[in-house]
Amino acid sequence: MRVLLEILVDGFVISALYSLGAAGFTIIFGVSGVLNLAHGGVMVIAAMVAWLLAGRLGLGPYWGALGGVGAALVAAYATYFAVVRPIGRSRRIPGVEKEIFVLTATLLWGIMIQEGLAYLFTSNPVAVPRLVDGVTSVFGVNTPTNELVIGGVAWLVIGLLWLFVTRTRLGKAVLAASINPRGLALLGFDLERIQWFVWGLYGLLAGIAGVLVGTFLGASPDEVSGLTASAFSIVVFGGLGSVPGSLVAAYIIGFVETITAYLVSPSLRNLPALIILILVLYVRPQGLFGRR
Amino acid sequence: MTGLLSSSRFRLAAGAALALALLPLWMSGYVLGVLTVAYYFGVFAMSWDLLFGYAGEVNFGPTFLIGLGAYVSGMLNAYTPVPMWLCIFIGAFAAVIGGALLALPALRLRGPYFGLVTLVAVLILQQLIVIFAGVTGGEIGLAVPDVLSVHTDPNYYYALGFMLISAAVLLGFARSPIGLILEATGQDRIAAEALGFNVTKHKLLAFCLSAFFSGLAGALMIFYLGTASVGTVLDIAVAVQIIIAAVLGGRRTIVGGALGAIFLIVAGEYLRPIGELSNFAVAGLALIVLMFVPDGFLGYFMRRRAR
Repeated sequence: MRVLLEILVDGFVISALYSLGAAGFTIIFGVSGVLNLAHGGVMVIAAMVAWLLAGRLGLGPYWGALGGVGAALVAAYATYFAVVRPIGRSRRIPGVEKEIFVLTATLLWGIMIQEGLAYLFTSNPVAVPRLVDGVTSVFGVNTPTNELVIGGVAWLVIGLLWLFVTRTRLGKAVLAASINPRGLALLGFDLERIQWFVWGLYGLLAGIAGVLVGTFLGASPDEVSGLTASAFSIVVFGGLGSVPGSLVAAYIIGFVETITAYLVSPSLRNLPALIILILVLYVRPQGLFGRR
Repeated sequence: MTGLLSSSRFRLAAGAALALALLPLWMSGYVLGVLTVAYYFGVFAMSWDLLFGYAGEVNFGPTFLIGLGAYVSGMLNAYTPVPMWLCIFIGAFAAVIGGALLALPALRLRGPYFGLVTLVAVLILQQLIVIFAGVTGGEIGLAVPDVLSVHTDPNYYYALGFMLISAAVLLGFARSPIGLILEATGQDRIAAEALGFNVTKHKLLAFCLSAFFSGLAGALMIFYLGTASVGTVLDIAVAVQIIIAAVLGGRRTIVGGALGAIFLIVAGEYLRPIGELSNFAVAGLALIVLMFVPDGFLGYFMRRRAR
């Protein structure tokens, strides 16, 4: 019974973080058609900057978190303006091949982020200072309050995202752009501005997710590819471009991982999710909520 | 005209091969050792280019195929009396079978699914090797009892000969009608299907050939190194190196992959003093080449000559 509760609490926190990380990733895919394989890099930049400001420079966890999210915003725009946009506009790269060029280029960009951070800060894991100290008892299970705050913040951000997309004019335009960019352009919206906006939104989401992951699991440049792989997996599992799908997928994968870690072995925590993913691609390649 | 061009190219290639074959006469054992690894890497990169350049698929997990070949042959050699050469070929076929089982469903799909499946496959294989550390050697690596040769020169010639043969076969395949169909598929899949070609079948064939040479090169390389370890044949970092080598050398050229790999490994030796920053610099260089010279070094020069 006790283990069950621990699994519920831990699974909830991990899944909330996964869904936050994947939400930005899937919005970018929906609107720009870009699978950003530097995603893990953006998240780790946020966590490392938060650690640098809060831990090393002693500015406290809140300024650290703010700085981390700001750094992720800059990194997201750098990804868009230095890598994605030039490839989209390049005349040397044939149109049909742009997708694989963007995939490969963002992969290389992610490696540059990883190696650059490793050079500046070494690849030893660092602990980002917790937002809140102390322990809270949840149904008799002692849980660090920070974990509960993480879960709460993640849900708050996703709730705000939902309100934004369904209730505001700009949000509706973003949603429409993810369904049919051309249709939106025909209605007189400036797609360029929507791209601008969406990459900023992505930077915020990835940054918040990165800082929160850092306070929970620590941060290291070596985590870049693992974080990218898990976001990529969740988004494909849920259906590319579908935000609700990626939320459901994040919860399934988060809980499967936590159950494996608790009941089988912590070293195997990634394996079942990877196998589920392969099976999904065999049986239902468009993912759970995919449109195709 | 094309005959003349191809014959001048052939003479250039033969000259380069001869020059490489003469290197042991005045190069130190250290340099030859570096080049031996570079030649195996060249085969990895050429096999990768067959998929990226011709079939238009990004294989993020070339090391799944390489690792499968390396570990199957290494474990056979370590635990059974099967002779070494047979182990190597069984390893290569294991890579083909494993790769085909995994990739067949993904190749039917459009979009990034193939890339994802190959990426996940590497992660799974890596986990399995750590879980079954008792027989696979786990994180430390698996020592193989047999080696290709204990001397530097024969090892160098095995690697060089293998790279040249692989280049010839892969290039022949790429220039064959099947290669043309693949290239057409990569550029416009629907048009190629409308012409009546079974796109999936051709892509699968290319993938199997790529898997065969990747697995074979992986198996040969561990019998040169004497150990199979995650860090040398399986890690995502190795996969990234292969991708960088192929991109730098020149997409859709096959031979470019080998040039890129030799450049990368030799440059890695020179850049060793700057440590971590060398990986950053190499990835940055590859990104710049990918964005501004998408045909790579070789493609760039071939295009200039063609003008």
